[in-house]
Amino acid sequence: MQPLTLSKVAVRCGILALILFVVVVIALKFGAVPVSLYGLAKDLIGVLIGRSSDISSEYGMIIREIRLPRIALGIFVGASLSVAGTSFQALLRNPLADPYVLGVSYGAAVGSVLALIIEPHLALRPEIAAVFTPLGGFIGATLTIAAVYLLGRYHGDIDSKTLLLSGVIVGSFFSAMILLLITMLPSSSTRGVVYWLMGDLSTPMPPVLGWVLRTGFFAGFALIYLTASDLNLLLAGEKEAMHLGVDVKKVQLVVYLAASALTGLAVSVSGSIGYVGLIVPHVMRMIFGTDYRMLLPASAFGGAIAVVIADTMARTVAAPSELGVGAVTAIVGAPLFIYLLRRRLA
Amino acid sequence: MARGTVVERGTQDGSRTNADTRLSVEQVSYAYSPNPSQAPIFTLEATSFQVKPGEIVAVLGPNASGKSTVLKLIAGALQPLSGRILMNGAETHLMEPRARAQRIAMVQQESPLLFPAKVWEFVLQGRHPHGKSLRFENDGDVAIAKNALLQVGADHLTDRWMDEISGGEKQRVILARALAQQPALLLLDEPTLHLDIGAQVDFLHTLKKLTNVNKYAVVIVTHELNLAGEYADQVVLMQKGKCLRVGTPASVYQRDLLEQVFQTQLTVEQRVNGRPKVSVVESSE
Repeated sequence: MQPLTLSKVAVRCGILALILFVVVVIALKFGAVPVSLYGLAKDLIGVLIGRSSDISSEYGMIIREIRLPRIALGIFVGASLSVAGTSFQALLRNPLADPYVLGVSYGAAVGSVLALIIEPHLALRPEIAAVFTPLGGFIGATLTIAAVYLLGRYHGDIDSKTLLLSGVIVGSFFSAMILLLITMLPSSSTRGVVYWLMGDLSTPMPPVLGWVLRTGFFAGFALIYLTASDLNLLLAGEKEAMHLGVDVKKVQLVVYLAASALTGLAVSVSGSIGYVGLIVPHVMRMIFGTDYRMLLPASAFGGAIAVVIADTMARTVAAPSELGVGAVTAIVGAPLFIYLLRRRLA
Repeated sequence: MARGTVVERGTQDGSRTNADTRLSVEQVSYAYSPNPSQAPIFTLEATSFQVKPGEIVAVLGPNASGKSTVLKLIAGALQPLSGRILMNGAETHLMEPRARAQRIAMVQQESPLLFPAKVWEFVLQGRHPHGKSLRFENDGDVAIAKNALLQVGADHLTDRWMDEISGGEKQRVILARALAQQPALLLLDEPTLHLDIGAQVDFLHTLKKLTNVNKYAVVIVTHELNLAGEYADQVVLMQKGKCLRVGTPASVYQRDLLEQVFQTQLTVEQRVNGRPKVSVVESSE
């Protein structure tokens, strides 16, 4: 009988952080301008431990201005989606739940596509135009979260089955709306929308959005992690959890809002990157077990690693053309998921 | 009123309440309606009984008699329409969930786990109420969980997966998790439902021993008349939301009454140990 301890969690997270660092260094190397892997790693460690203040000037600008922001975006989007998926699997007591199961991504997509349609007619200032589409996405996500919550209540409280059904229906409705909106777009804009629907990290993001994403991730993760012990009990059912001292309704509300907000934030800035929030939690569960006190941070690191790798593949496999990162996660994720499913059934 | 005295439906039996009483169900009623604007589809009429430390009370009755409703009310999961349920002077449905789980443990019929867990992980869940929401178990928690497994005779299962052990073993492990909560009151909802007769006797024998040793107050809902007659100190007989009798098994197990409640022909014998034995009379048709 060796229960999980805080030090065990810290050591495992340290190992995962190291793997993420290695993946980031390798991802920074790939691209049109060649970069020395050894020199880059040395420079980054120097910056991290405070020994030097900047990356080598030979490739510093490309790393700082282009590759690193995109990788940072991938890290926070991947971590958000994966933590949201892990949370929804416990909240809905459904191993097939992912961040998009409650329709938030479709709501965000409708908001974003509407923003794409409206934006050319508004003559916005460039700094507002840059955040207009993500803002539309976030408003769409927020309205969806509210709608699904209101529809998913039973006798005033969240009911996981009603919530799931409401989310699926709301998602289907918005999915149909997206198709309708796409037919209204000029053909020149359709490609951009399709990329957004597949997931896309290539669009440069204004610093303020990066700040919102990072702050939102840490706040959402902290809120969910505080319920990690409760989520372990919720896996056994709402009644069981209640008899073991969990304030079930409160935990359900906190996790629903925080996980939905993580999804909304991620989808607003990157589109719908599929499979990460479904498969990463299962892979992490196979490696680290089902305890949410370990699983949540492991999923955050795992999601970050998965999206950084997928995005590196997306921008290098068919260079100079670029694939949608969501297409890469789907192509790799679908067979991997089938393998995991068969293994579970066996 | 002396222990074991038959209490007629709807009468006040608060006279048995004294300093020794751990649980006091006082004139509790409840009405269930799927929609607040509709008339209730089930009502529980005023029900009263008390449980002392070291005592097992079995709630008996046919399906839809209100047995599980009584248990949910005691557990604080439902709010009484009238009356009150006191545990050491505090109303159970007003307790904070964590404080309640430190005092009341529930053993339910086995519920499937979403993801497999080891037996020791499952039993350690019983320590959840004894700390903050986010907590890591310490050596004290481990010792309590190990002792709980030892007490129910399941210490050899510690490192097994929950989905690999038998139904009887699983019920023992679920009981161990309840013991790990270190409760004063144990509630059991048909804990032997899917067990063979040997495993049922084994389970109830362990429960009786633990109740005597640890002085738990125990309320058990069951359909097993003979096992309740054998192991319970008191029985509460219910029918269609009404509490018909409260008393010792020997005083409540009256042939006419049981036949009327269960709608079948029965015989009731007193065995040499004073406990009643109920048998079904074979129909001559």
